[in-house]
Amino acid sequence: MSYLRLIWVFFRLGIINVLQYRANFLAQLLSTFLGLVSALGGLAVVFSYTDNLDGWKPFELVGLVGVYFLVGGLLSLLIRPSMERFMRDVREGTLDFTLMKPEDSQLLVSIKQIEIWKLLDIGLGIVLLVVSLVQLGNAIGLGQVLAFVIALMVGATIVYSFLLMLATCAFWFTRVDNILVIFQSMYEAGRWPVNIYPPWLRSSLTFLVPIAFAITVPAEGLTGRLTWQTLAEAVGLAVVLALLSRWFWRFGLRHYTGASA
Amino acid sequence: MSGWIGIYRAQFKTSFAQQLQYRVSLVLWLLGLVLEPTVVLVVWTTVARSHGGAVGGYDAAGFAAYFIIQMVVNHITFNWVAWDFQERIRLGNFSPLLLRPIHPIHIDIADNITYKILTSVVMFPATIGLIIAFQPAMHPPLWAILAFGPALLIAWALRFACEWALAMVAFWTTQVAAINNLYYLVMLFMSGTVVPLSLLPFPVQVVAGILPFRWMMAFPIELLLGRLSVTDALLSFGVQLLWLGLSLGILAVTWRIGIKRYSAVGA
Repeated sequence: MSYLRLIWVFFRLGIINVLQYRANFLAQLLSTFLGLVSALGGLAVVFSYTDNLDGWKPFELVGLVGVYFLVGGLLSLLIRPSMERFMRDVREGTLDFTLMKPEDSQLLVSIKQIEIWKLLDIGLGIVLLVVSLVQLGNAIGLGQVLAFVIALMVGATIVYSFLLMLATCAFWFTRVDNILVIFQSMYEAGRWPVNIYPPWLRSSLTFLVPIAFAITVPAEGLTGRLTWQTLAEAVGLAVVLALLSRWFWRFGLRHYTGASA
Repeated sequence: MSGWIGIYRAQFKTSFAQQLQYRVSLVLWLLGLVLEPTVVLVVWTTVARSHGGAVGGYDAAGFAAYFIIQMVVNHITFNWVAWDFQERIRLGNFSPLLLRPIHPIHIDIADNITYKILTSVVMFPATIGLIIAFQPAMHPPLWAILAFGPALLIAWALRFACEWALAMVAFWTTQVAAINNLYYLVMLFMSGTVVPLSLLPFPVQVVAGILPFRWMMAFPIELLLGRLSVTDALLSFGVQLLWLGLSLGILAVTWRIGIKRYSAVGA
C-alpha cells in the first residue's frame, strides 16, 4: 500500500513541476496530433491498395496503432524520463540522495521523473483502441479482451525490465544514454505487426529489443490471433526478466561509488 | 577563391575533430536512418505481394530499389540545422558565430559535409547489406546514372537552403520544435520518403507537385530508377533549379530581417 502512496506523491510532484511550463502542453498536443496523422496517413495509403496487410484488416491495425500509442505513452510518461534521470544521477553522483531514502531504490528510480503531457498519447491510444473495438464489433469476445489485458501487462513488464537492465549498465559504463536512443528508433518499427518483417528483423525486434511483446502480442490478443500457449510463454518470460532485472539492479547497486561525491 | 578554400579547410579540420568525439552517436543516428526505410520497404513489399506481385508499377524488387536509393538520398541530403538553431538562439551560442567575418551558414555546410564523409564508412556497408537482404532490381540508362550526381547535389542544396530558412523562425519564436515536427511530417508524405509519389491518391499528388519537397527526394530516386524520360528529366532539372533559386532568395531575405531580431536570449 505504501508503494502506491509513494507513486502518487511522485506523480503529484511531477504535475506541479510540469505545470510551470504550460505552453509545452500545446506543443505536446500538436506533436501527438502529428504522430496520429502520420500513423493513420500511412495506414490510409497502404489500405488504398489492399484490404489486408499479411492478414491484418484495417481496423485491426488501428488497434495495433492504439497499442503503439498506449505503450509508447506509458514508457515516455514515466519509465524513459526516470531512466534518463537515473543515468544523469549516476554520472553526477546525485544518486546518493535517492539511495539515502528509506524506500526501495528500484522503485524510487523508476518513478522519479514524470512527463505528464504524455498522458495525451495514452489517451489517444485508448481512443484508437475503442474505435478499433467498435468497428470490429462482435468479432471480439471476452476471452480476447482478457488475453489483451494480460498481454499488455506482460508486455509492459518485459519492456520495463529490459530498460531497467539497460539503465543499470550505467553503474559500470556511466555514459549509456545512447542506448535509449536505439530503443526509441526501434520502437518506431513496432507500428506495424512484426510478422511482416523478414526473419532477421523479426527476431531482433522480439529477442534483442522486446518490442514485439509490447505491441504486436497485445494486438494479437485483441484480434484473436494469440494462442494461449504463446501468452503463457510471454508470461513466463516476463517473470524471468522481472526477477533477472531485480537481481541485476541489486548487483549493479553494489558497484555504485558516487561518481563526483 | 583561395580565401574560401582556406576557410573551409580550417572549418573541416575543426568539424572532423569535433565529430570524431561522438563516434557512437554517429552510428546510432545511422541506425534510425537505416531502420526507417527498411520498415516502409517491408510494408510495401507485403502490399505488393498481396496485390498479385506489383503495385503501381513497383514489384518487390522495384520497391527494394526505391527505398534503398531513398535511404542513400536521404542520408546525403539530410541536415539538422532546424534542430540546432533553437539551442543556438535560446542559449545565446549564436553570438560568437556572428562575430566572425563570414556567414555562419558556412560552418553548417562544412559540418554537414564532414558528417556525411565520416558516416559513409557505415552507410556503405549498410547499403550493401540491404541490397543483399532485399535483392533490388533497377535498369537505369547510362545518362540517368550520370545525371543522378547533379540531381543529388541540387537536392542537397535545396534542402539545406529551405531548412536553414525555416530554422530562422527561431529568431521570432524561440520554441520551434512544433514547427519542425509539422515540416517533417509534410515532407515525409510529400517528398516520396514513405511512399512513392505515384502511389498517393490523385489530389495529394497534385499538392505534392506544387510543393518543393519532391525535388529533394523523389526526383533523384526516380531518375536513378530509370523511370524518367530524357524530356522529363530535363524539365525536372529546370524546376529543381528554379526552387533552389527561390529558396536561396528567401534564405537571404529572411537572414537580413531575422538577424536584426536576434537579442541573444540567455546571454
